Amino acid sequence: MSKQSTTVKLSSDFETVLADSSSQVASFDTNEKSLMMKFQHFLHSSPAMVPLIVLIMSIIFFGALVGGKFFSAFALTLILQQVAITGIVGLAQTLVVLTAGIDLSVGAIMVLSSVIMGQFTMRYGIPAPVSILCGIGFGGLMGALNGFLVAKIKLPPFIVTLGTWQIYSATVYIYGNNETIRSQDIEAASPLFQLLGHSFRIGSAVFTYGVVLLLIMAAVLWYILSKTAWGRHVYAVGDDPEAAKLAGVSVTKMLISVYLFAGVICGIAGWALIGRVGSISPQSGQFANIESITAVVIGGTSLFGGRGSILGTIFGAMTVGVFALGLRLWGTDPQWTFLTVGVLIISAVAVDQWIRKVAG
Amino acid sequence: MKKTIVSAALGALALGVVFSAPAQAADVSACLITKTESNPFFVKMKEGATAKAQELGVTLKAYAGKAEGDNESQVAAIETCIADGAKGILLVATDTKAIVPTVKKARDAGLVVIALDTQLDPPESADATFATDNFLAGTLIGKWAAGTLGDKAKDAKIGLLDINASQPSVDVQRDQGFLTGFGIDVKDVKKNGDEDDPRIVGNEYSNASEEGARTAVENLLQKDSDLNVVYTINEPAAAGAYEALKAVGKEKDVLIVSVDGGCPGVKNVAEGVIGATSQQYPLMMAALGVEAIKKFADTGELPKPTEGKNFFDTGVSLVTDKPVAGVESIDTKTGTDKCWG
Repeated sequence: MSKQSTTVKLSSDFETVLADSSSQVASFDTNEKSLMMKFQHFLHSSPAMVPLIVLIMSIIFFGALVGGKFFSAFALTLILQQVAITGIVGLAQTLVVLTAGIDLSVGAIMVLSSVIMGQFTMRYGIPAPVSILCGIGFGGLMGALNGFLVAKIKLPPFIVTLGTWQIYSATVYIYGNNETIRSQDIEAASPLFQLLGHSFRIGSAVFTYGVVLLLIMAAVLWYILSKTAWGRHVYAVGDDPEAAKLAGVSVTKMLISVYLFAGVICGIAGWALIGRVGSISPQSGQFANIESITAVVIGGTSLFGGRGSILGTIFGAMTVGVFALGLRLWGTDPQWTFLTVGVLIISAVAVDQWIRKVAG
Repeated sequence: MKKTIVSAALGALALGVVFSAPAQAADVSACLITKTESNPFFVKMKEGATAKAQELGVTLKAYAGKAEGDNESQVAAIETCIADGAKGILLVATDTKAIVPTVKKARDAGLVVIALDTQLDPPESADATFATDNFLAGTLIGKWAAGTLGDKAKDAKIGLLDINASQPSVDVQRDQGFLTGFGIDVKDVKKNGDEDDPRIVGNEYSNASEEGARTAVENLLQKDSDLNVVYTINEPAAAGAYEALKAVGKEKDVLIVSVDGGCPGVKNVAEGVIGATSQQYPLMMAALGVEAIKKFADTGELPKPTEGKNFFDTGVSLVTDKPVAGVESIDTKTGTDKCWG
């Protein structure tokens, strides 16, 4: 009897226990705990901010230290010219690193593409525009081979590109007969080859077409990565390939397309390299892979994949350029540049880890 | 126990090397080790050595570093030559101090080591040296630059494009020779960059390549836009320097001087890209080197150095179409006949 009455009471009052519960819709913690937390959260949501702050601070620092020789439109645009090649290769490297990979062969692809462009015209008499397209095409092929080995054969990217770096570098010498093609001969063959080295002025600022190309490519890539499905998939594959696969992303196809795209960008860098150096020399771009990885890391892109930005890489490359020119104008031994860049790399990753705590 | 096995194995290996050498005595083999494979100077050197080796019936193997300053590859190459039972090594050292212990290893194993183009540091580390008098090569272009500027040499603005931080002897001799020829006090003649003459804008590292030289000259121009003389370590660097000057429209106002005398370089002198260059003779160096190894294998005799110098001087001539009184030179036509690469 008493038992029955309790049951009745329960069945009619089962919602009264919810009276004291929260009635808010489920939401994430907004981190509005302290100013520091807010700042940390802001940095976490915009990965290009830290490198931008570092870049602006280093420009101000050297401007104060060296003065007008450094802090002028001419010098600052000169830095852009000096980092244009690293910047373009850095774009390719960013794509690969976003997928949690790494590409050590970028510099070799760039130089081999430039040698192909020159030799196709000098040796076989192919018109320059076709040669340049062939060079970029072969860049894509080399990238696709990297992608195939990573995605299909399932080898680690570091190992694959360590191998192809040597293969492509050796091909530069074997195919190019170890020869340097003189700047004047290239100019005589076609002005198109050195087009990206030509410059125009705005006041005392000097821009080469190579720099313009870098900025255009950065804008296009930024758009692709943030506004298209393919771009979002790059992040998804880098962040968690298993989850991406479950969400219907073809991880294998994505990886191959990313490496192929990176190869094409390196081919374009090869064209820009001819403009910058004038001649086509197998000695060029020896350290482009290390320089591009440096730009990517200082630019706040995580080597674990899935986090980072194109703009960050551009700021990272510029920061290295600022330190290189600034320290040279200040009159120090070039070794100080390398030392400072080393400190920057480690600081960048440390800052990145600190920002990630927000999510942790 | 383990130790004995290891030492026995090492002993066997050493014996193997020793016994394999006489086995090849009938056919003399030599190695050529250069700095890089891309610089036409070394490409030419290899051609000269290969041609001479074929003529004398010597087997020649060629090795090179990956880039200027790549000492590790040269060490590995020398070790390979020792293991290979070669009679002698022709070496263009990229790091003249660091390579010395490895060279000693080769000489202790009974090989003759001949330095080409660049003296080792100390020079007597090699059995002999066939080289250009690099200090003289520098002095010639220094005198020419000062003579061309005339009265304006007093307020010249000079930029120097050296190779790299390790300052190999060839780098120092050319740089210091150039400054001496120009009439500048060089302080320590064994060191680049310790001068305090206000006419020097700065020393930059170019890695002796086009790319490095371009950035180097851009930096110098930022330091002092009145730059009007650029000394370059070699002609690829001169080409890169010219590109940087052309970009700012200053190619007509700056004298570029260089060392090498390769065909592309002489062509650049004829076209006014380079003012003057000191021509050296790599084909001769390489051919003489191969001959010396063959002679050593046959008779045990070593080549004698040039009178008054601690190396065998293969000669140098200043190539320019704008001769200066008091500095002996040849024109680009003659230079083209004698050029290499």
